[in-house]
Amino acid sequence: MDLGYLSVQLFNGLVNGAFYALLSLGLAIIFGVLGVVNFAHGAVYMLGAFAAYLLLQQVGIGFWPALLLAPLGVALLGVIVERLLLRRVYGLDPLYGFLLTYGLTLFIQDAMRLRFGIQGQPYPTPTELSASVSLGVVGYPVYRLFVIAFSIAMCAAVWFLIERTRLGMVVRAATERGELTRALGIDVDRWVTAVFAFGIALAALAGVLAAPMRNVAPLMGSELIILTFAVVVIGGMGSIVGAVAAGFLIGALASLGAVWSPALENVIVFALMAVVLLVRPAGLFGAREAT
Amino acid sequence: MKRVIALAMVAAVMAAACGAAAPSGGGAPATAVKLTSGKLVMGVINDQSGVYADLSGKNAVEAVKMAVEDFKAKYGDNALGGQIEVITADHQNKPDVASSKAQEFYERNNASVIFDVPTSSAALAIAKVAGDQKRLYINITAATTDLTGASCNKYTFHYAYDTYMLAAGTGKWVTENLGKQWYIIYPNYAFGQDMEKSFRSAVTKFGGNVIQSDGSPFPNQTGDFSQLLLKAGQLKPQVLGAMQAGGDLVNVVKQYNEFKLKDQGIKLAIGLLFDTDITAIGQDNMAGVVYTTPWVWSMDDQAKSFADKFLKRTGIRPTFAHAANYSAAWQYMEAIRRAGTDDADAVVKQLEGYKFNDFFIRNGQIRAEDHWVMHDALLAQVKPSSEAKEKFDYSKVLGTIPADTASRPLADANCKK
Repeated sequence: MDLGYLSVQLFNGLVNGAFYALLSLGLAIIFGVLGVVNFAHGAVYMLGAFAAYLLLQQVGIGFWPALLLAPLGVALLGVIVERLLLRRVYGLDPLYGFLLTYGLTLFIQDAMRLRFGIQGQPYPTPTELSASVSLGVVGYPVYRLFVIAFSIAMCAAVWFLIERTRLGMVVRAATERGELTRALGIDVDRWVTAVFAFGIALAALAGVLAAPMRNVAPLMGSELIILTFAVVVIGGMGSIVGAVAAGFLIGALASLGAVWSPALENVIVFALMAVVLLVRPAGLFGAREAT
Repeated sequence: MKRVIALAMVAAVMAAACGAAAPSGGGAPATAVKLTSGKLVMGVINDQSGVYADLSGKNAVEAVKMAVEDFKAKYGDNALGGQIEVITADHQNKPDVASSKAQEFYERNNASVIFDVPTSSAALAIAKVAGDQKRLYINITAATTDLTGASCNKYTFHYAYDTYMLAAGTGKWVTENLGKQWYIIYPNYAFGQDMEKSFRSAVTKFGGNVIQSDGSPFPNQTGDFSQLLLKAGQLKPQVLGAMQAGGDLVNVVKQYNEFKLKDQGIKLAIGLLFDTDITAIGQDNMAGVVYTTPWVWSMDDQAKSFADKFLKRTGIRPTFAHAANYSAAWQYMEAIRRAGTDDADAVVKQLEGYKFNDFFIRNGQIRAEDHWVMHDALLAQVKPSSEAKEKFDYSKVLGTIPADTASRPLADANCKK
């Protein structure tokens, strides 16, 4: 295997990593503040992709506006869900949150299946990005480079929001020491809806980014979400930096592993998860955040 | 006199319209049929919620129900001497679920036959149950040649298509017309492995060469095939043979286009293509692709008249799997009529060696030795949407692959039933 080929393969890994990062970032924020493991995250990712598809098919709105509109629309849905349903399970046994969001997943997926069938819908690559550039050995789609750059920028923006703004401070405090934050008189609950909507919007954004390169189908998120959970566990539950770092790391590692054997791509994630759980049960970045 | 002729013509037209499935080889005297349990129960087991739910699924059940209704319309409500019931189950593409559902259908529901069953591993499981229970299983949507090979038995039939047929058509055409150096990628389970084998031998037979082949994980959780496509870019074969099915295939083709492998002179050959895949990828993204299929709904008037009825009922044009379910159910009921009973052994006797034609099967013959239903296959090409007459008008027929060429030679089947 020559180096050029490996490095291009690394880019493929980073593309996958970009999706893991955006998805697990949203999961981590939601888990941190709400204490809910959002099983519906994969379904939301799918909704994002379908929102982009519908915007194009029904209204003729293309990829660029969809990048903003689709997450916004889905976030709005998130607000409704949080207000009507999710609100009722805070403070209960985590199992209830589990059941609720898992039930929502089934509901959303089947509703989409009823309307669109199982097989999927086409979505074109935006023309501005449909070219490919030479990366030495092989032509590489510009769109993929865009996905990597865009999600890194997005993660950086989220990092800035969380590290440098007041909202971020509340989120950080609530993530790390929820009880104490409340005890200090900070109204965490005021931010709960917004945080949930934001986490959801990130997943929807990942969905829009996926639409030109993945099959836009009702079950597209159900398989990806399992891997994303593994990523979150490796990064450390509730750790924001961990979610992003683990996302890109695992995307890259899995793709490089697949060079030797394609079957390794899926295995490597879970093998890594097992090792991390054994050696650092709190996750790669979990312990640092918690102490 | 004129009136009589006119009436006769109307009757003929109507017969052609309703009885599109009428077999040419039929015409056995309508002796009274005696059903073993007083009524006929036919089961359809397939994927009703997963990746193959669109290409067969609930609409395949509708197709079997249509066949029953049309059969009654042709031969009368009491055509088989009792009620005809269609029952159905979702096997979720799991062999263990398929197996226990089949058991339940044969034993508790007293089903005489089971149709469809996509997903080769699930189909093989049901074939085993059928053999043990001595009841019929007519496979339609699973492609593995093992059903008429190593895993064949007296009660299992293979209708519509198999991996040999696909390879005989597409493997030959692509090797002769597009390129001789192949790189094959396949989903790593029963179906994909069988496809790889069939295509490899077809490509080699027609003077080509498979440089390398790689299995992709199944199910593919990331939906990402870039690793294999990148490898294709490195190996620089003339042909990339994609053996994936359904949603996996959609991802492969999308990413093949994304990586612009076509511009590098790497042509795409697709092992198995359903109309529903073309919908998902987009007709124009697929335009020009040549593939093998047992049937295209727009191929002629006979096929079209079935497709019209199907559209009216379900809102979509039938895939070949839908059409094959109708055809298989019809031929099964005809066999019962000829046998005068639904007793499995008597029906098998009627089916073996039977020659027939209908709107789906052309130049059909059920091979007695391995129960493969020999018939003509088609070489088809996806046309651009500008040439389409309607939304589902995806393909045109390039030529016919005669039944002999489309069927695996008996010597290779190695079936000991």
